[in-house]
Amino acid sequence: MNSTKDSGFGHSKKPVSRGMAAAWPICLGYMPIGLAFGVLAQKAGLSPLEIGLMSVVVFAGSSQFIAVSMLAAGASIFSIVATTFVVNLRHFLMSSALAVFLKNADRKKLSFFAYGVTDESFAVNLSKFRDSQWDLNSALVTNYTANFTWIITTMLGGIGGQFIPAHAFGIDYALIAMFICLLVFQIRGHIYVITAVIAGVIAVILSMLIPGNSHIVIASMTAAAIGVVLNKKIGSGEGR
Amino acid sequence: MVSKAYLAVILGMGLVTFLPRWLPLIYLTKRSLPSWLVEWLDFIPAAILSAILLPALVTDSATRSIDLWQPEFVVAIPTFVFAILTKSLGGTVIVGMVLFGLAQKFF
Repeated sequence: MNSTKDSGFGHSKKPVSRGMAAAWPICLGYMPIGLAFGVLAQKAGLSPLEIGLMSVVVFAGSSQFIAVSMLAAGASIFSIVATTFVVNLRHFLMSSALAVFLKNADRKKLSFFAYGVTDESFAVNLSKFRDSQWDLNSALVTNYTANFTWIITTMLGGIGGQFIPAHAFGIDYALIAMFICLLVFQIRGHIYVITAVIAGVIAVILSMLIPGNSHIVIASMTAAAIGVVLNKKIGSGEGR
Repeated sequence: MVSKAYLAVILGMGLVTFLPRWLPLIYLTKRSLPSWLVEWLDFIPAAILSAILLPALVTDSATRSIDLWQPEFVVAIPTFVFAILTKSLGGTVIVGMVLFGLAQKFF
């Protein structure tokens, strides 16, 4: 199934080039964040090696930022790990949504793929799986290209990030713009618009009420459930 | 060198980050899922992307209060329109960045 040559015309690229081509918006977005993280971590007393190790072992941007500030404040191991767990629980939902497209895939590859599931790689891979002849090999390349960018830029930030003009050219907006377009890709009917609006409104309200980012998980689970119910009520069969 | 305490912190972080990423991919890909779950999961991407995006666009990240008069939100409107019209991921990223770079000069 996963022959290196793709039969589709215009898509006769190999997984490596396809995966890397899909990864560039993610990489662009990771650069300023990775550099900023490196600078912050270095100020908190971490060496480039320690920064790189965290980026390799954890590979989850927001929780790394939080962990570094907790380390600097002298927090306990337990509280750092517990906070990381809560912050990254949303990946459980993302991996579940991706699993629908990966029926009976090779377990070893799935494990390597799981390591690279981030907000960004999830969004890119999911729309690729839905709309084109995307395969796990290409998705793996996308994930590890993004991962490599993250590791390198966080370490660079730790070495001399304050000398790099990290906020030029509106690069801070790369990931937001990417999410905007990927959200548009996910809208495949009225029910999806309603679901997205409900999720967004709940998330905004909750984000002002509760600290951290649990609003993402609560809002999306609730909105998706409402979407299922609405879909039944309307009975249009617009969803799957 | 890297201390044992630091290694323990990042290994703990790595474990609790990896498990939620890994378990659904290992377990859900081996089973046939009930149709309600597949339908629910089908709505998750639109919901989760919106739940990540909207707070970033309409709230001030420092004070966590609604703030529509910020470049993140103002730039998002033409960026959305561009994305809907072109369906081009690369183009949307570039347009968003350029507009944001310009908007930052005014805000």
